[in-house]
Amino acid sequence: MTAGTKSLRRWSWVHKWSSIVCTVFMLMLCITGLPLIFHDEIDDLLHESVKAADVPAGTPMADLDRIVASGLAPFPGQVPHFLIWDRDDPNAMLLSIGKTIDANPVDNRIVRVDAHTGSYLDSPDVTGRFTYIMLKLHTDMFAGLPGKLFLGLMGILFCTAIISGIVVYAPSMRKLKFGSYRSDRPRIVRWLDVHNLAGILLVVWTLVVGFTGVINTWADLVLKMWQYGQLAEMTMQYRDRPPPAHLTSVQNASDVASRAVPGMTPSFIAFPGTIFSSKSHYTVFLRGNTPVTSRLLKPALIDAETGKLTDTRDMPWYVTALFLSQPLHFGDYGGMPLKIIWAVLDVLTIVVLWTGLYLWLRRRKTSSAVAPATTRAAQPAVTT
Amino acid sequence: MTMTTSRRPRQSLRQIFLAPAIIGVLSGVGLIAALVGDGVWDGLSWVTLLVPIVLYAGFLAVGRRRRA
Repeated sequence: MTAGTKSLRRWSWVHKWSSIVCTVFMLMLCITGLPLIFHDEIDDLLHESVKAADVPAGTPMADLDRIVASGLAPFPGQVPHFLIWDRDDPNAMLLSIGKTIDANPVDNRIVRVDAHTGSYLDSPDVTGRFTYIMLKLHTDMFAGLPGKLFLGLMGILFCTAIISGIVVYAPSMRKLKFGSYRSDRPRIVRWLDVHNLAGILLVVWTLVVGFTGVINTWADLVLKMWQYGQLAEMTMQYRDRPPPAHLTSVQNASDVASRAVPGMTPSFIAFPGTIFSSKSHYTVFLRGNTPVTSRLLKPALIDAETGKLTDTRDMPWYVTALFLSQPLHFGDYGGMPLKIIWAVLDVLTIVVLWTGLYLWLRRRKTSSAVAPATTRAAQPAVTT
Repeated sequence: MTMTTSRRPRQSLRQIFLAPAIIGVLSGVGLIAALVGDGVWDGLSWVTLLVPIVLYAGFLAVGRRRRA
């Protein structure tokens, strides 16, 4: 056996086993991911929501403290965690509220408030929604952090399968022109051609979406790293202080932050004591105005007792990497045409997975029938 | 390795990976373009990311027609 065949045998072993382990989960991820590309459209279609008042351009925003107060009014005893500017609807603000300040924000209720009139709109329970169920299956299969990390591991195997797939693609194509589809041959040959063609055409897209998906599974860990790293550093001198007796105004925090970071606009505000802030600060997260910079949030810490700026810094690289990996995974950064392209590429990925699964099952049957198949290593033995 | 008689000569790695490499670079451009800006950048992203889809459909259609 030459060194070449030996290493090829090794690569096809890697391709086979990385695929076998991850395929079922990847199929689930591709299927649940498909409706998630259009989750806004699906939610709009399936669920009524109270519309915010249509106002002429330039109408001033309602005072943020009033927005928070009217969002909380129907829920006495609950506390605000985050105040969020709705990306998709500039006429609405979202208030994320929990039972206590240290309650898990995953269980928070989202209240919509009119951004201009400051009046309460609605607070739908999203947990029964189709898109919510798809999202939970897609991110952690209802199994929390372990589920997330497990899917991340499957994503790493998927990337391994893609890279080893590129290696085993070469011997398979030695005698074939690029894009060959031998429609007059048996299904196993035809599906091998489809598998090779779709696989190699999609290689960059599947690698990018696969790997950014893996990065997204580490979001909780990245947040923890930021909390114990940069956030702890920025709030060092507050460590031993008791939490403020009275909170200063949210509107003031937003104004101070906007002045401190010119050229950026607030994206959301984390209340003191929540996971995105310290017990003594509001953290105003500001965003830029281009497709990239609108994803790169910059925190400004506002002392919740004095209303003054404590510090503002750019996020460390690992948070920036997470922020950038989000649009590249979701495909939500190039309008509806990009979403549709994302969906078609997702379906083609299902084709690659499905044909791959079929090829493996068929070969397993053949090779157990023809005992020690000597050409198993160069699996594309079916090419001729 | 000996040359066997076949319809087509064996291709070199360069020949095998030339087209995939070009398509890969285009996909990369498309993925980044829409991040850079709106308008023209979005358009560039749509066109380059459509390439693999169109080629997939095209090659399958050509293969099927040859059979008929």
